[in-house]
Amino acid sequence: MNTIEKNLLKEVADIHETPEGAYNIRANGKLDSRNTTANIDIVTKEDKSGIDIIIKPGTKHESVHIPVIISETGLKDLVYNDFYIGEDADVVIVAGCGIHNCGDQESAHDGIHSFHLAKNARVKYIEKHYGAGDGLGKNVMNPTTIIELSEGSYLEMETTQIKGIDSTHRVTKGTLADNATLVIHEKIMTHGEQQATTDFTVDLNGVDSSANVVSRSVAKEKSFQKFVSTINGNAKCNGHTECDAIIMDEAVVTAIPELTAANIDASLIHEAAIGKIAGEQLVKLMTLGLSEAEAEEQIINGFLK
Amino acid sequence: MLELKNLCYTVDGKEIIKNISATFDDGFIAITGPNGGGKSTLAKLIAGIYTPTSGQILLNGEDITNMSITERAKKGISYAFQQPVKFKGLTVKDLLTLAAGKDTSVNDACNILSEVGLCARDYINREVNGSLSGGELKRIEIAMIIARETAISIFDEPEAGIDLWSFKSLNKVFEKMHDKINGTILIISHQERILNTADRIVVLKNGELINDGSRDEVLPKLLEGTEANINTGSCSVLQD
Ligand SMILES: Nc1ncnc2c1ncn2[C@@H]1O[C@H](COP(=O)(O)OP(=O)(O)O)[C@@H](O)[C@H]1O
Ligand SMILES: [Mg+2]
Repeated sequence: MNTIEKNLLKEVADIHETPEGAYNIRANGKLDSRNTTANIDIVTKEDKSGIDIIIKPGTKHESVHIPVIISETGLKDLVYNDFYIGEDADVVIVAGCGIHNCGDQESAHDGIHSFHLAKNARVKYIEKHYGAGDGLGKNVMNPTTIIELSEGSYLEMETTQIKGIDSTHRVTKGTLADNATLVIHEKIMTHGEQQATTDFTVDLNGVDSSANVVSRSVAKEKSFQKFVSTINGNAKCNGHTECDAIIMDEAVVTAIPELTAANIDASLIHEAAIGKIAGEQLVKLMTLGLSEAEAEEQIINGFLK
Repeated sequence: MLELKNLCYTVDGKEIIKNISATFDDGFIAITGPNGGGKSTLAKLIAGIYTPTSGQILLNGEDITNMSITERAKKGISYAFQQPVKFKGLTVKDLLTLAAGKDTSVNDACNILSEVGLCARDYINREVNGSLSGGELKRIEIAMIIARETAISIFDEPEAGIDLWSFKSLNKVFEKMHDKINGTILIISHQERILNTADRIVVLKNGELINDGSRDEVLPKLLEGTEANINTGSCSVLQD
């Protein structure tokens, strides 16, 4: 692996050398390296590109890293990854995609990730998207995440995309059974002429299921972001979605909530706040000795932390 | 030393600060007077948040009237707002670090927080957002000024919303600050117990400086209510 590829790996998966535990590193559309453990198996799919990650029931304190990196210009990569998390397992899954495109053709990664959590399983899923390269070629990523939560299971998803991705259309779908919980924290920063659309659909089908979908984003320059969140409360449940965006320059941000309560005991809330950085925040930091530009940077870094 | 020379500030044809001249040497100076008298406006003129319509502001003899907020802050002016600003994402530690202008150790930050009566362990990593109460935000606002250690420190109604924190502690903060820096501490306040510790009291009413003298000269008149009709109605709520 060359320096550019190693750097991408560090950005998306915080991996310096070889990660601990189970991992599967995909570089430029091909398997680079893989490790499995006694409890976590990784199997290449036969019918299409991608892998199955199978985690045994009861597995605790283990992690799986499945980064994807692309350093060739013009490469279009499409993968299907399926995660099967056994009953009572409690694991951390780190996925991420890094593109370094120095050429003039579009590089793209479309990942379709499906999570199947068995009863009472718990997953922390961390996903980072990172683009670099000063070529004219565009970096495109369209991740789809499908989450099926069985009774009592819990999935927390943290997704981050800071600069570098020219176009993204992210689709996330969750289906929750009784007592299942889904928590999503999304952070996005776009600049230049980047476009980012995120589309969440959550079906709260189980009694006492709950979902919390929170997006914090900063749109700079001429970039465009669209945040769509659909929550269907089909049982006694709690659903909350929040979009909090800072716009700068000539950026445009749209937030579209769609809440449907189909049960008398469904409680659904949507909050959206879009606006520029508050003037008083800038003034306060300037009275501490920061320049306006430094103040802006601190406010944005804090907001997306 | 801070000097105001014929300072005027007019907004939309309304004169908010009317020809104020004063010199503030090192020590405790309380600024008081009725609500709407122009106290916060004066503080904002000094900090550079507003630009005077006419007149001059001098810091140690240097004309700072046209300097930006940032430049004045760097020259040693600090202002604790009457209404603290909230920040989504920035923590108490972040703000104290920015205020100190250098990487603040957890230990330093903790010492400052305990000075303002906050248990450091509970607050240091808290976001300075709407989840904090008005009194907590107010103390964090004061803590930032302590961290800055500047020659001129302005506190705008520091007593507001801190009913459980004793006045003794608040006064101790000002004393300690003065011992350490020997600077000018301007405290905008309606509180008799704060006015009582001032070396000098300045009274602002309708944008005019209507009285300015030693505490012993000014305070008795204020308490009689003849001078500026100051609001001491909240005294009884605030206990040591
Ligand atoms: N930006 C502004 N625009 C218009 N009027 C203002 C502005 N700021 C303050 N004022 C007015 O100036 C007067 C003084 O306000 P302020 O300085 O906040 O008084 P104090 O702090 O003494 O209570 C008030 O009448 C207030 O309404
Ligand atoms: Mg005021």
